[in-house]
Amino acid sequence: MTDAANKPQMKSAGITPSATVGPYFKYGLTPAGVYPVRDAFSPTVATPDAQGDRIRITGRVLDGDGKPVSDSMIEIWQADAAGRYAHPRDGGAKPNASFKGFGRGDTNADGRYAFETIKPGSVAGPGGKQQAPHIVVAVFARGMPKHLYTRIYFAEDAANHAGDPVLMLVPTDRRNTIVAKRGIDGAYVFDIRIQGGDETVFFDL
Amino acid sequence: MTLIYPRSSTTVHPASDYAPYRSTAKRHPQKPLVVIPHTMSELTGPLYGHDVVRSTEFDLTAQHKGEPIGERIIVTGRVLDEDGRPQPGTLVEIWQANACGRYVHVVDQHPAPLDPNFTGAGRAVTDADGRYRFITIKPGAYPWGNHPNAWRPNHIHFSLFGSSFLSRIVTQMYFPGDPLFPYDPIFQSVTDARDRERMIARFDLDVTKPDWALGYQFDIVLRGRNATPTEEPHDD
Ligand SMILES: [Fe+2]
Repeated sequence: MTDAANKPQMKSAGITPSATVGPYFKYGLTPAGVYPVRDAFSPTVATPDAQGDRIRITGRVLDGDGKPVSDSMIEIWQADAAGRYAHPRDGGAKPNASFKGFGRGDTNADGRYAFETIKPGSVAGPGGKQQAPHIVVAVFARGMPKHLYTRIYFAEDAANHAGDPVLMLVPTDRRNTIVAKRGIDGAYVFDIRIQGGDETVFFDL
Repeated sequence: MTLIYPRSSTTVHPASDYAPYRSTAKRHPQKPLVVIPHTMSELTGPLYGHDVVRSTEFDLTAQHKGEPIGERIIVTGRVLDEDGRPQPGTLVEIWQANACGRYVHVVDQHPAPLDPNFTGAGRAVTDADGRYRFITIKPGAYPWGNHPNAWRPNHIHFSLFGSSFLSRIVTQMYFPGDPLFPYDPIFQSVTDARDRERMIARFDLDVTKPDWALGYQFDIVLRGRNATPTEEPHDD
């Protein structure tokens, strides 16, 4: 970069405010063959060259009345099976070069979404602590002026959860809301309850 | 350069529960959000650019056999971080209603005509200077069911990733001087007038192409600033 490009070019006046994705995002962001728009992203995160366990994660997005949210968009971001993110900040060798770790999907009339991916590995955490395997999630919907962040952890890693630097900050009785368990078909179940008694834990980032 | 993402910057966003926007009532968390540190999982994020965008996708007026009906416009601007540094190679996705205020989305039943020559979705990648550019049609205002005689001001939906998952944003761009601003709870949910200004595009005669299209500038500022500023901050 040139010196001019490095120099702050305006006094920071604040970031651009967020606005709801609204009810009509699907043809733009998740056309999925229904609209005459090419998909840039999909809920299939696993690539042919990705090493690791193939997994499926599915769940329903529910509102404060327990009703399905049929117009939400879910995005996931995760490390590969070795715990590496496809991003320069996490500068490791990436043998599975086509694995990006990003997925985008939407919910159907039942509020259901599903992702096909691989189980992420443990990743570095603050203070040299390892974080238990997890996937970062962003939830968008009509009626949500800004998206919500949560995480998917995995039930089989329970032994690592007590020492996880993020889970440790979550009240004990609420941790179960962000730990996915395998259902009878082998898919992980991760429901997102936006509001109510068994509300999913969301993070302030 | 290492970017940091101060939490204080996010106070410009609307509240999750903003009663005048009725759909927020059942769709906001009631328990406090859990404050967590920014780990590698948050400080990284999807990086997409030219690999997912076709060079033709910036022109929403050229996606069908004929030209769409409506007022042709150019919308351009720069994507910046909080220090005002351009963000090159950033994906910008947009979607919008047609000139009549109708979306092609199946749920939109507003009795205004669809335009066979307009879908209303576009993508672009910012250049070395952080600049994107779209050619489109000025979207119409449209009614919605929030309250009696509720109408959304003309707007274009924007979606951007930026430098990490923390800079991810979905927002809406408005047009200057819209008479519907005072009545729109989505616009008004951003409670500070100066913050609302950053959602309004600026008419620009220099971007305007003679005998062809009006031009608008819309800069987008994403989360993220240099951990080690070159200049000491000072009060003035
Ligand atoms: Fe809209």
